[in-house]
Amino acid sequence: MQTFEFIRPADPAAAVVTAAQTKTAQQGADVRFVAGGTTLLDLMKLNVETPARVLDINRLQLDRIEAAPDGGLRIGATVRNSDLAHHPTVQRDYSVLSQAILNGASAQLRNMATTAGNLLQRTRCMYFRDTAMPCNKREPGTGCPAITGSNRMLAILGTSEHCIATNPSDMCVAMAALETTIHVLGAKGSRAIPMADFHLLPGSTPNRETVLEPGDLITHVTLPPPIAGSKQIYLKLRDRASYEFALASAAVVITVVSGTVTKARIALGGVGTKPWRSPEAETALVGKPANAANFRKSAEAAMHHAKPQSENGFKIDLAKRCLTHALRMAVAA
Amino acid sequence: MPSSKWTRRDFLETSLKTGAIVATVPAALQGQNSKEDAVATAGPNIEGAVPITLRINGKDRQLRVDPRTTLLDCLRETVALTGTKKGCDHGQCGACTVHVNGRRVNSCLSLALMHDGEEITTIEGLGSPDALHPMQAAFVACDGYQCGYCTSGQIMSAVALLKEPCGPDDPAVKELMSGNICRCGAYANIVAAIQQVRKNT
Repeated sequence: MQTFEFIRPADPAAAVVTAAQTKTAQQGADVRFVAGGTTLLDLMKLNVETPARVLDINRLQLDRIEAAPDGGLRIGATVRNSDLAHHPTVQRDYSVLSQAILNGASAQLRNMATTAGNLLQRTRCMYFRDTAMPCNKREPGTGCPAITGSNRMLAILGTSEHCIATNPSDMCVAMAALETTIHVLGAKGSRAIPMADFHLLPGSTPNRETVLEPGDLITHVTLPPPIAGSKQIYLKLRDRASYEFALASAAVVITVVSGTVTKARIALGGVGTKPWRSPEAETALVGKPANAANFRKSAEAAMHHAKPQSENGFKIDLAKRCLTHALRMAVAA
Repeated sequence: MPSSKWTRRDFLETSLKTGAIVATVPAALQGQNSKEDAVATAGPNIEGAVPITLRINGKDRQLRVDPRTTLLDCLRETVALTGTKKGCDHGQCGACTVHVNGRRVNSCLSLALMHDGEEITTIEGLGSPDALHPMQAAFVACDGYQCGYCTSGQIMSAVALLKEPCGPDDPAVKELMSGNICRCGAYANIVAAIQQVRKNT
C-alpha cells in the first residue's frame, strides 16, 4: 500500500473542501473518503487505488435512519449495511432492500460496509483488480482483456467495446427498484440525484462510474413513501449458497389488484454494468394478468438487448428464470 | 529429549517487545526511540506514525501506527496479540475477525487509525486456558477445528452471532457463519459447537 495522509474532517463541509482539491472523484482520485473501508482498503492493498489523502467520514454523524417529511425514509451515508437491513421500518416497508443486503457479503462485512460505500462499490472484474493487466476502467486506453478473456462473471447489459465489468452490488439493485434518491453535498452546495442517473454506463469512459465530481460527499439517501400493498422480493442466484457475488439477481416491487398487475418496479443485478432498472420488464407487466406467461414475457423483455460474451451466454437464460421466479414468489407471498 | 517451554508465541512476543523485528525498518526511517517511550507507547517511531489509543480486551493501549497499518497488523505486530490470524488479507476468509465495540468485523479491511478510542476484543480477551469462554469450550468439545488457523476467527464470529438476529436451525447459523472459511472443512462440527452454546444460553 502506498503512503497517504489520514485526515478526520471536523464536519461534512470541511470534508467537501478538502475533497474538492482532487482532479477527479472517479478512478485515480487522489483524495478518497473512507467509511467502512471494505472496498477502498481492499483496492489500496492491490494498488488499484492510491489516494494521497484519505478522509475518515465515520464520525460526521451521518449514521442515522429517520422518517422523511414526505413519509419516506432518510438513510445516512455511514449507516452500516447490517443496521439498515435489520431496521424495523426497512423490514416492514422496504423488505426488498433488507433482503438484498442480507444476501450480500458476510455478516462481518455488513457490519462495516455503509450506505454510501455500497453505492460506490467497485467491480470484481479480475482485470480491473490486477495492475499487471490492461484495463480501460483503471487505465483508460489500455484495452479490455475481459472481452477476449475470462468473462463468465461479467455483464451482458450496458456493456461497450471498452468495458464489460459488472456492478457487483446487491443493495444498489434493491435501491434501483425502490427509486431511491441520492443526496450529495458538493463544492457548489447540495443536490439530489435519482438512482437511475447516479451510475454511468461505461461507453468510451469506463473510468467514470458515477456522476460524482471532486468534493462530492454523499450525505444520505431517501426512499420514497412505501407503496401500500406492494409485494417485494430479492432473489439472488450464485455459484454457492452464501457469501458470493450474483450471477443474476432480481429485485421486484409489484402490486397486484384483483389478479392484475397495477404497478411493477423491477431491477436486475449481476448482469449489468450498473444496477439495472428494467423499464422494459415493467411495461411488459403493468395492466396484465399476474400469471406465469406474463412473467415470462416480462423476463424476455428485460433481456431483449442482452449481449453475451464468450463465457457468460448462460446468464441470459439464468436472468430470465431468476426474474420469472422472483415475480412468482412475490405474487405468492 | 530436553523439554522446553519456549514457544513460537513467546519468541514473537519477546521479539516485538525488544524491537528485534522493528529493526527491519530502515535505520534512516527510525527516529529518536527512547527506552521510556518504547515502554509507554508500542509501535515503531517512524516518520508519519500517528499516536492512537485502542481499548484492547479491556485495557487502554497507547500506540503509534503508520497510517497504512490495518487493525489486524496493529494487533499482531504492534500489540503482539497473535491469536488473530491473517489469512487472505482482503476480507474474504474471516480469519482476522475481531469485535469492534461489540460487533464482529474483518480487521484486515480496517485501518487501526479509524478505531482511535474504540473497544477491540480479540480471542485473547474472550477466555483463558484455565477459564475458557463457553464457545471456546464448545469448539473443543465438538472438535470444531483441524489445523486451527481459522479457529480464532470462527470463535469470534460465533460469539458475535449469539447477539445477532439468527433463526434457530442449522441453515441460519451456516448463513451467518459464511464469512469464515475453513479449508480443513470442519464446518459440521463448528455448527454443532455453536448450536450447543445457543441451546445452553
